[in-house]
Amino acid sequence: MDKLLSELNIGESGVVAKVAGEGRLRRRLFDMGITPGAAITLRKVAPLGDPMEVNLRGYELTLRRSEAELVTVEVTQ
Amino acid sequence: MKTFALAGNPNSGKTTLFNALTGASAHVGNWPGVTVDKREGVYKKGSEPVDIVDLPGIYSLSPYTPEEVISRNYILDSKPHGIINIVDATNLERNLYLTTQILEMDVPVIVALNMIDEVERSGDKIDVKALESALGVPVVAVSALTGKGIKELMARAIALPTERKGETVLKSLSKEIDFLTEFFYGKEVPSPMFHAIKLLERDEIEIKHRGAEDALNAALEKSAEDEEVAATAEPIDYEAYIADARYKYITEKLSPAKIKGAPSGTLTKSDKIDKVLTHRVWAIPIFIVIMFFIFHLTFSENLFYLNGFTEGQAWMPTLVECGLAKEIDGTVVYNNFGVELLAVIYDGALFSPGVILTNFLNLFLDHISSGIVTLMEQGGAAAWAVGLVGDGVLGGIFAVLGFLPQILVLFLFFSILEDSGYMARIAFVLDRIFRRFGVSGRAFMPMIMGFGCSVPAAINTRTLADEKERTATIRVIPFFSCGAKLPILTAVAGSIVAAFGVGNADAITFLMYLLGICAAVVSLLLMRNTTLKGEIPPFIMELPAYHAPRFRNLMIHLWDKAKHFIKKAFTVIFASTVIIWLFSHLNWRWHYLPDEQMQDSIIASIGMFIQPMFTPLGFGSQLGAFGWVFAVAAITGLIAKENVIATFTTLAICIGAYFGAGTEEGIAETASLITAIQGTTGISTQAFTAALISFIAFNMTTIPCFAACATAKGELQKGKFKWTVLFWLSSSYIISAMVYTIGAFVWPLAVWIAAIAAVTALIVLRNTGKFDITKIFKRKRKGETEK
Repeated sequence: MDKLLSELNIGESGVVAKVAGEGRLRRRLFDMGITPGAAITLRKVAPLGDPMEVNLRGYELTLRRSEAELVTVEVTQ
Repeated sequence: MKTFALAGNPNSGKTTLFNALTGASAHVGNWPGVTVDKREGVYKKGSEPVDIVDLPGIYSLSPYTPEEVISRNYILDSKPHGIINIVDATNLERNLYLTTQILEMDVPVIVALNMIDEVERSGDKIDVKALESALGVPVVAVSALTGKGIKELMARAIALPTERKGETVLKSLSKEIDFLTEFFYGKEVPSPMFHAIKLLERDEIEIKHRGAEDALNAALEKSAEDEEVAATAEPIDYEAYIADARYKYITEKLSPAKIKGAPSGTLTKSDKIDKVLTHRVWAIPIFIVIMFFIFHLTFSENLFYLNGFTEGQAWMPTLVECGLAKEIDGTVVYNNFGVELLAVIYDGALFSPGVILTNFLNLFLDHISSGIVTLMEQGGAAAWAVGLVGDGVLGGIFAVLGFLPQILVLFLFFSILEDSGYMARIAFVLDRIFRRFGVSGRAFMPMIMGFGCSVPAAINTRTLADEKERTATIRVIPFFSCGAKLPILTAVAGSIVAAFGVGNADAITFLMYLLGICAAVVSLLLMRNTTLKGEIPPFIMELPAYHAPRFRNLMIHLWDKAKHFIKKAFTVIFASTVIIWLFSHLNWRWHYLPDEQMQDSIIASIGMFIQPMFTPLGFGSQLGAFGWVFAVAAITGLIAKENVIATFTTLAICIGAYFGAGTEEGIAETASLITAIQGTTGISTQAFTAALISFIAFNMTTIPCFAACATAKGELQKGKFKWTVLFWLSSSYIISAMVYTIGAFVWPLAVWIAAIAAVTALIVLRNTGKFDITKIFKRKRKGETEK
C-alpha cells in the first residue's frame, strides 16, 4: 500500500517509492539518504505535531510534515 | 610541506580528529555543523610535519549550502596533497555517500574509519580489508577520541602517491559521463569527471560553464539514441538516478563489510533518553526547567531559597545581623578575613556556584588592587599616578574580569547541552514555534550561541541554507545578550536594588534576557513580513545520538572562552580604560584635573554634547550634571561591550570620590553614581529605575561590538550591512524609548499599543494586497503580532 511519508503512523515502516518536489529541497532529501528503495521508519512526532523524526540508513533524521509530503512510501509493516 | 584536508559528514568526529592531530583546541560539539569555516594546523608527530586543513562538515558536494561550496572549492582549487575522508563507522551508509563523490575527484584519498570503538562496543564488526578493496583507497580504523590508529593513519596518508585518477561507482552511466568528461577535459578544469557527473545532475554551478547546457543536451541525446528502449521509457531523472545508484552501490558492495552483532531494533540508551526528552507532553516543560536551572545556578543569590521565595521574607540572618560584620557608612566591614571568606558563600542566603566563584575572584582582585595602591602611596607616587593605576587601569580591568566566572559557568552549561546532543533535539522540539517567526528550528543554534558570543554565532549561521533566513538571523543575534553584556545587566540591575532597595536583581536580569528574546521575535516577524519576505526554509536535519559530554571537550570550550575574554580585558579594554581615564582627567588645555574637577574634563564636555540624544530614552539631559557618564559608557560599548561597565566604574570611582562616598567594587560603584545623580537632580525613583532599565535595554539591542560588526559584515551579502547597522540603531532606540516612557509615566503604554496596532494593520493590509504602501514604511521597526 502506498502512503505519503507524512501519513505514516508512529512505528510504521516502509520503502521509499518516489520523491517529488524539485531543486535544492529534493536534492537535500536525496543527499540525506531518502532515495527510492531506502527503508524508512517513522519514529516520532515533535510535541507540537511537527516536525517528525524518521529512522533510515541507520540514523535519525528530522524533517517537517510539508517535506515528508513529497515522499511516497510503500508500507511494509 | 604536504597539505591534507579533512573532509567528512557533520558530527562524524572531524573536529575531534583535527584536535588530536594538531593539538589545537578547536570547538567541538554534538551538533551537525559546528565547524563552519576551514581551519589549519600542523601535525608534527609523523616522519615529516604536514599541514592539516579542517573543512566544514558536509553530507554531499552539491552546492546548496555555503559549507558545501567552501569544501568543494577548496578540494578543487587548492589541490591538497590528499584528502583524509573521515567516516563515522556507526553510520556507514550515509557517510560513504560523500565518499563516493570525493572519489570522483582527481586527488589521493585515504579513509579514516572513526568511532570504531563504539561499533565494537555495540557488538558489531567492520571488515576493514573488504572495505578497502571495495573503495580502492586505503582505509584505516581510528578512534579520534582515544587517539587509537591515528599514527597509522598519518603514516599511510604521508605515503599516498601524489597522483590519483578519479573513479566513479556510476558504471551504468559511463556513456554520458565519458562524453561530458571529454567536454570538461577540453576546458582544462581540474577533475573533469567530477564536473561531468555534477553537470549530469544539473548542478547549479556546473550548468553555468560556457557551453555546458549544450554539451549536456548533446550527451543526453546521444545516450537516448544508443538505448533501444529510449522510445518507450520515460526520460531518466538523472538526479534521482545518480543518488539512488550511489546508495545502491553502498548497500550492495560496502555494507556487507559491516557484520551485525546485536539484533537491530533494540532500544539503545540514546533512544531511551530521547523518549523522555522529546516526549509529547514533557519535552517543552523539561526544556523550560533546564533553562531555569542554568540561569538559577549561574546568577541566583538565593540558591536553595533559604531566604524565602520573594524579596523581604528574610528567613536567614545576614552576617551583620549575626554580629560578624558591621555596616559603616553604607559599606560592610567584616570582622576578620575568615568572615570575609564566608561572605563569598553566604550572606543572608546561600549563593549559587556562579555567584560564589564571582565573589571569590572579586575578593582576590580587591586585595591585589588595594595592595598595589597602598604600595604606591607608601612609595610616594604622585596622586595622578595612583589614580591612573588604581582607578583607571585596575579598576576598569578588574571590574570586567570579575564577571568571568559567571560567564564561564553559563557557557559550561551551554557546552554540556551542545556536546550531549540535546541542542539538536531542542531545534526539533521548537521548530514548530520558530516557523511561526519565519525561520527554521536550525536558526535556534546560532541564536542560543548568541548568549555566549555573537561572533561564533554569526559564523554558525552558515548552516542555514536560505540567504534571507540567514540575514534575518544575523541581525537578531545581538539581541541574545552575549557574555560581555552580562556585566552591564548584573551591575546595573544590582545597583538598582542596592541604591533604591527595590526589586530583585535576579528577576531584572531574567526579564532583560526575555526582553531581548521578545525583541528578536518581533524583529524576525517584521523582517520576514516586509523587507526579507520569503518562504520558510526546509528543516531536514540529522539528530545525532546522545552521548555523555566529554570532559576534555568541555574544558576546551571553556578555555577558549576564557582566553578570548582575558585577552580582550588586557588589550582593547585596557587601552579604552586608560584613554577614558586620561580624557576624564585632562581638560581641553591638556592640564591634569583631580577627580573633583572631572566636570571640566574633555570627556565630560563630549558627553554633555551628545547627552540630549538620549533624553527620550531616559538617560539623557534629565540626569543632570552627571548624566553624561551614561552617554559616554554607551558610546565606548561600541568598541567592546565590557567597556560599558569598565567606563562606568572608572568614572564612578572618581565621581564617588567627589561626593565622598566609599570606593567599593563593581555594583557598589554604579550604585554610588546613581545615588549621586539622584541627589543632584531629585529625579523620582520610578523614573530613574525606568531610565536605568532603558539603559540596559539600549546596550543589549544596539550595534554590537567591533568584532561582532566585522563578522556580521563578512557574513552578510554585499550591501546588507549598512541596513543592518541602521536596523540595530533604530531598534535599540525604539525599544529603549518604549521601556523608559512606559516605565516612567505608564500612560504612553496606550500610545505604543496604538502605534503597534497601526503598524501591524498596515503590514497585514499590504501583504494581503489591500493597501499599497511605498517605501515610507520600510523604516518602521516596531510592532507586528500574530495574525
